Amino acid sequence: MIMVEHLTKRYGPHTVVDNVSFHCERGTVTGFLGPNGAGKSTTMRMICGLTPPTDGSATVAGRPYRQLPNPGREIGVLLDASAQHSGRTGRETLTLAAMTMGVDRSRVAEALDLVGLNAVAARRRVGAYSLGMRQRLGLALALLGDPRVLILDEPANGLDPEGIYWMRGLLRDFADRGGTVLLSSHLLREVEAVADRLLVIGGGRIVAQGARDELLADTGTLVRARDSHALRLTLQRAALDATADTTGGFVVHAEPGVVGQAAADAGVVLTELRPAADGGLEQLFLTLTAGATTKEAVK
Amino acid sequence: MTMTAEPTTEPTTEAAPRVAAARPSIARLTSIELRKLTDTRAGRWLLATIGLIAVAIAVVQLFVLDDAEQTFTSFLSPSLLPVGLLLPVVGILSITSEWTQRTALTTYALVPHRERVVLAKLAAVVLAAVASVLVSLAVAAAGTLAAKATGGAGSWDGEWALVLNAVVFQLVNVLMGAAFGLLLLNTPLAIVGYLLLPTVWSILAAMISALQGPANWLDTSVTMEPLFGNEMTAGQWGRLAVSVLVWVAVPLVAGLLRTLRREVS
Repeated sequence: MIMVEHLTKRYGPHTVVDNVSFHCERGTVTGFLGPNGAGKSTTMRMICGLTPPTDGSATVAGRPYRQLPNPGREIGVLLDASAQHSGRTGRETLTLAAMTMGVDRSRVAEALDLVGLNAVAARRRVGAYSLGMRQRLGLALALLGDPRVLILDEPANGLDPEGIYWMRGLLRDFADRGGTVLLSSHLLREVEAVADRLLVIGGGRIVAQGARDELLADTGTLVRARDSHALRLTLQRAALDATADTTGGFVVHAEPGVVGQAAADAGVVLTELRPAADGGLEQLFLTLTAGATTKEAVK
Repeated sequence: MTMTAEPTTEPTTEAAPRVAAARPSIARLTSIELRKLTDTRAGRWLLATIGLIAVAIAVVQLFVLDDAEQTFTSFLSPSLLPVGLLLPVVGILSITSEWTQRTALTTYALVPHRERVVLAKLAAVVLAAVASVLVSLAVAAAGTLAAKATGGAGSWDGEWALVLNAVVFQLVNVLMGAAFGLLLLNTPLAIVGYLLLPTVWSILAAMISALQGPANWLDTSVTMEPLFGNEMTAGQWGRLAVSVLVWVAVPLVAGLLRTLRREVS
């Protein structure tokens, strides 16, 4: 539903987005990950026809965004929750969009209700909204035209934990009904819980993409026992490749089931057995993030 | 804040491709732009202020003018000036606030054909300008009736040409404001530029004698002055047209090109 081919954006000598290509299929949630300033927002703006690309192209529902006659009915877009007129009420903001898209005005109340903005909030001016409320309003705006595709830039920003949980459910449900979601975030954990596919961008380039389970799979198993020495011998005897970590546990390159079986056979009592957290993707992501932070600090 | 316990999205039509929804018509976009002029506190106050000033001037006229001078025309002409000065600010805000308030992100995501939005905005301010003339006429009529009731002349001396001239005057003003807004895409810059331009002309023309000739063709405050007289000559229309071309048409086209190409972020 979203096809991005070789998108590139240069501002003078700076290449912000460098030859980015990816597809988002129907029925999936794609998490677009990357540190701040990696090119996520610029890529999304190029998909939505708001930023002219230097090179490459993007289509949504088979057509370049700017050729869609009434894009709000096809694609729900939330690029910046703060980009609303502070003098308009929440309801008025949605009413204007509903008029533009030609959807029934009754959808405004439905959309407000859906995102959890009550009648009092709807009558208030957007200038008085908290960031979380603006995100909800932005989500209502995106859902207003009953689209099949959602493009959301940092939608969880400013939401409370309950709101983040609620939004995950909403996006999962949207995708399960055949919708396509592309959402960006700089937080891996936030996206991991909802996305089927991950797309990692760093310095304007795609550095990893694929199914979430595949990307997060090669993490190994973290195992810890009451008797650390006995566990080491057991792992050696089972010919499992293990590295000791600093806290007395071991990271084993094997499935948790294999490791648990070996321990059980040897009668070793385990205190911890789980997939190790420091997976390849997370390492990659942290490296990217650390690099970006350092760059920002010395800028 | 209440929250729906169970996540429920709108039923999304499954795999079957649906009929593409029609693009919004210019008429619909214009009605939206008209609504945007009045749906914020700032917009409402600006329009209310313009109306109040027009009424206030008519009231002052009732007291300061000699009885014999209290005619329809003398009520109409002065009320056109403050409207002509302030209404273009409404036009400027209509265009620049999309960028200063960053609503362009939503507006142009919903209508990627930006020229249609710009066209709708111009149509909206043109309608506002015509409506303002109707208000001015109503105020002048009320002033004339009040003059009659209080012993003034209260005569209906106006000619139809005057109404046409009033419409032209307000149209040129709002379109010039809109053109400046479109070109500069920045509220303070556009307002200052629009308000200062005639002043700069008169100062320069007074200082530099060589500019006095061109000023007759290019200074809109000079070329529009005959609109308040009785009859415009062909030469006066020609000069007005030249000044409109330079200060309305050129920035309008350049501004449209700029808006079409500008990155929205």
